[in-house]
Amino acid sequence: MSATARTLELGRVGESVKRIDAIPKVTGEFAYSSDLFAAGMLWGHTLRSSHAHALVSEVDISEAVGMPGVHAVLTHSDVPGAKTYGLEFPDQPVLAIDRVRYFGEPVAIVAAEHPEQARRAAERIRVAYEPLEPVVDPEQATEREPIHEGRPTAGHGFRDDERPNVVRTIVIRHGDPDAEADVTVSGVYELGIQDQAFLGPESGLAIPDAEGGVDVYVATQWLHIDRDQVAPCLGLEPKQVRIHLAGVGGAFGGREDLSMQIHAAMLALHTDRPVKMVYNREESFVGHIHRHPAKIWMEHRANRDGKLVNVRARILLDGGAYASSSAAVTANASAFACGPYAVENALVECTCVYTNNPPCGAMRGFGAVQSCFAHEAQMDKLAAELGIDPVELRLRNALAPGDTLPTGQRITGSFPAAEVIRRAAALPVPEPEELPRDALRLPGGSGNTTRGEGVRRGVGFAVGFKNVCYSEGFDDSTAARVRLTASDEELAAEVHCAAAEVGQGVVNVILQTARTELDLDDVVLGAATTSSVGSAGSASASRMTWMAAGAVRLAARAANEELARRGGNLAPGETIDVERIYHHRPTTPLDPETGQVTGDGAHVAYICAAMRVVAEVDVELGLTRVVWIGTAQDVGKAVNPQAVYGQIEGGIAQGLGLALMEEIQTRDGLITNASFTDYLVPTTLDMPPVDAELVEEPEPDAPYGVKGVGEPPTVVSTAAVVSALRDATGRELTRVPVSPDEIVGL
Amino acid sequence: MQVLTPRSLAEALRLKAEHPGSVPIQGGTDVMVELNFDRARPETLLNLNEVRELRGWSRDNGSIRLGAGLTYTEGMEAPLAEALPALAEASRTVGGPQIRNRGTVGGNLGTASPAGDALPPLLIGDAVVELASVRGERSVPLPEFLTGPKRNALAADELIVAILVRPAAGPQTFMKVGPRNAMVISVVSLALTVDRDHDEVRAAFGSAGPVAGLVQAPLAELNGFPERVAAAASPIDDVRGSAVYRRKSLRVLTVRAVERCLQ
Amino acid sequence: MRVELTVNGERLEADVWAGESLLYVLRERLGLPGSKNACEQGECGSCSVLLDGRLVCACLVLAAQADGHELVTVEGLAEDGELHPVQAAFAETGAVQCGFCTPGFVVATADLLARSPNPSEDEIREALSGNLCRCTGYAKIFDAVRLAAGS
Repeated sequence: MSATARTLELGRVGESVKRIDAIPKVTGEFAYSSDLFAAGMLWGHTLRSSHAHALVSEVDISEAVGMPGVHAVLTHSDVPGAKTYGLEFPDQPVLAIDRVRYFGEPVAIVAAEHPEQARRAAERIRVAYEPLEPVVDPEQATEREPIHEGRPTAGHGFRDDERPNVVRTIVIRHGDPDAEADVTVSGVYELGIQDQAFLGPESGLAIPDAEGGVDVYVATQWLHIDRDQVAPCLGLEPKQVRIHLAGVGGAFGGREDLSMQIHAAMLALHTDRPVKMVYNREESFVGHIHRHPAKIWMEHRANRDGKLVNVRARILLDGGAYASSSAAVTANASAFACGPYAVENALVECTCVYTNNPPCGAMRGFGAVQSCFAHEAQMDKLAAELGIDPVELRLRNALAPGDTLPTGQRITGSFPAAEVIRRAAALPVPEPEELPRDALRLPGGSGNTTRGEGVRRGVGFAVGFKNVCYSEGFDDSTAARVRLTASDEELAAEVHCAAAEVGQGVVNVILQTARTELDLDDVVLGAATTSSVGSAGSASASRMTWMAAGAVRLAARAANEELARRGGNLAPGETIDVERIYHHRPTTPLDPETGQVTGDGAHVAYICAAMRVVAEVDVELGLTRVVWIGTAQDVGKAVNPQAVYGQIEGGIAQGLGLALMEEIQTRDGLITNASFTDYLVPTTLDMPPVDAELVEEPEPDAPYGVKGVGEPPTVVSTAAVVSALRDATGRELTRVPVSPDEIVGL
Repeated sequence: MQVLTPRSLAEALRLKAEHPGSVPIQGGTDVMVELNFDRARPETLLNLNEVRELRGWSRDNGSIRLGAGLTYTEGMEAPLAEALPALAEASRTVGGPQIRNRGTVGGNLGTASPAGDALPPLLIGDAVVELASVRGERSVPLPEFLTGPKRNALAADELIVAILVRPAAGPQTFMKVGPRNAMVISVVSLALTVDRDHDEVRAAFGSAGPVAGLVQAPLAELNGFPERVAAAASPIDDVRGSAVYRRKSLRVLTVRAVERCLQ
Repeated sequence: MRVELTVNGERLEADVWAGESLLYVLRERLGLPGSKNACEQGECGSCSVLLDGRLVCACLVLAAQADGHELVTVEGLAEDGELHPVQAAFAETGAVQCGFCTPGFVVATADLLARSPNPSEDEIREALSGNLCRCTGYAKIFDAVRLAAGS
């Protein structure tokens, strides 16, 4: 192969194109947020709570400030502006004020010339804690003393739930919630705490601007909402705080909330020096929110022909110490509780509570992942009870355009649930491999635990869905700016969009859109920053492709119109510079009492996927090997097919991780496995080959018919993998990650 | 903090005597984690990478003499792997290739974790640990060397120089249970050999007691052996697994290992 | 203390604090941040470098241990502005998403192919089992290895 990859990639919407950042990423030149450097730079360090719940009576920094190399030691009293912040509710202190509510909560920050000096100084900060009994059982949280004074999430149009420590409660009543049917199956399902475990640790560089403002270079998912949270805490105007996207080493929801942004900016402004902060892996595990653990009771009632009649669900989510995006997670867990199935009657109750456990928030597929694990287990159970093939049962109930969801929302866009089910089910399953074979191709892998003894094979199936874009009346938009210039009679374009490139490939989506609309090859993408363009919204909710394509298309078309008005060409030096803001169709809140849609609907559009999994299980040791995964996914329109397949394969890996091995463990609220030694993510020997098929049914409201693709694989794969394990073992396996103990029946 | 880098064993022993609190560092796979995560700040690190005498392996009067600095990668290579197949299999289960290229058998003994992957294969080979100091040398049988979880019989001025181990006198194997298919700390592990020379079966387990433990029986008593191994363990519940699972798995592993070795 | 090492063919020196890892020195003192700091405990392979020709995690090498030794980092793979075939293959096949694991994978793959030019599927998986990727699910990384092997 020739090694001349440094050629310009040109691609239009729908073509597989190489990432524009691929070359700097393979050579090591790409600058991630932890790679930054500035002359005179200091290192920031965070002192964190060693308690899950305690009153803080005093933070004595006197000894720390005199330590060698130390330039600043700051506590809550040094926060210049608002003392608290939050993605949806400002319930989280920048630095602990009089109480810590979770293990690892930031208490004080230090800037020093060398990270070791900062660590040694932090060690000398004396914090007087008065330990309180932590609230760690979410089932008892509503009967315990409130963790927060007042009700941080009250008054946002949510259902009244006066019980202590409730973040949000949703009740969805649909049809006759008491409707009876021929057969009933029920179960209780649990999910542990999953971590995003992105590889690039939280990190960044804050540089004071000599005029009282600050530039923050950081890995984030939404530059403008970072700014809108950072500026008030610094007591600055938004324009004095410029957030610039540094290279992002993975996100998966874990960078929606702030981590070191305010801290580094405070230290930089205080010392008038650039300040770099880089969390280590242990700190990263306490330095960001996790996927909500859940306990879910579900009951499915169906007729003999397999038609679902009534689904009843009670879902309890543990939000941990601060709200983060818990309210939206609660909404998703309830809205998608019945799965992509038409059901005329439903009663879904979902509550998220505050506890002193690690705070939870956004992670890929949030809410839907938890519900899908439960509803798909139920569908398998129902199929067995009815003696109907599990795929056939799903087909008989599959939602279709024109159907109504339990929230009362009518599906008006594309929704090829039956098609993804049929396509996934039709993928040929590989034949069982002969024995003997290398241990690497057996359950237990390199552990060399079996030559085939105890190994059974199972096949599983699952379907899931979720929404694309933000919901429930959130005014969701993305801005893009297109600047046309002329040089040597040739037109060239520069595109600005603050969409966060987190690895998903939105930079290519932006360029492909611009090239398609402008019909130009010479298009470059400006750096993502708050200082040159309006908000892009978040790189989350599978929305960024849709929204960025929408915004760039609008701006490009406006530039084209202006160009046409000027006669189709520009003189040298002449420019056209237009910024446009794209909105998807508006959504409206759910009725707080009934959980039914008001107005047009709570969601913009839906995406679904179906998956078939072959697994081998060593039933004597409880070890597994996923052999193969086949999936069909509803993608609307694949803008860059290579990237779409990559999202599907990667999304599946994360769901497989939750199914088999990934869990943040806690004891009395303290995380006990904050390392990659004990928080395990799938390796090369854990991921099977994936056969993926794209189902392209264009979304009528979306640019080019695109949808999102990031989340459905993660939503479905946990359920699908466990379905295969159940088939292999004959056990119920109601909790993920599935423990070896459960497989062997201990 | 300071780092001392001796160029010979004699120099290393002299430095160790002068700095009895110094922490030896060879492959760094344990020590560096302690440093990187601010769990340890030893005043002196004794870098053993340049001590030639600690490297490699040799045959020694019917035994195999493994230098303390033998890496897992070296442990997987022929002809050593043929002489000590269980150690080779255990080495293959250690971390990823990067770890196997750096981690050493001597380091595994120095750390003396109950989960040390090299320990069970060495125990079934009746390993004896060669320790040295400026005061002289001494040999300590491995079971006596392992005095507790992460504790060993090293004196403050001593270094681990080598491990003497019997070459396999019959089939042997190693198995390690972990919740993913590569790169795990063992939840429970087992090395087992059917030793025709001595007409006995020897098994050693890891992660199922405060130290890696050895169980042996005459070949005539193979029938109840898996139960004996399981009974000899004293596992605990921790983040990696439950005691009851460990004990049960140990029995399963022993059944399989015996079968594997008798085939 | 002072360490002197040869990195990508160039003699470099740095004054370091004794507790610093080779990774820290490469990244923060020698201006070579290509090797990544993802776990700092040898569990992810993102800091993979070749130390005297052997694949190691730079986070687990004490800087002083590299004194007098030879290193190749991801920055040293391309020659005369030409990508190393492994780098080109990773870019070509879509094996790069966020890219944080990529330098480590590229170095580990280059090491694998230098030892075994036509590795089997199992060999590829085992050789790369010390490198974690959180984005790709590895499928396109395996494609890249096969492509580079065939080149």
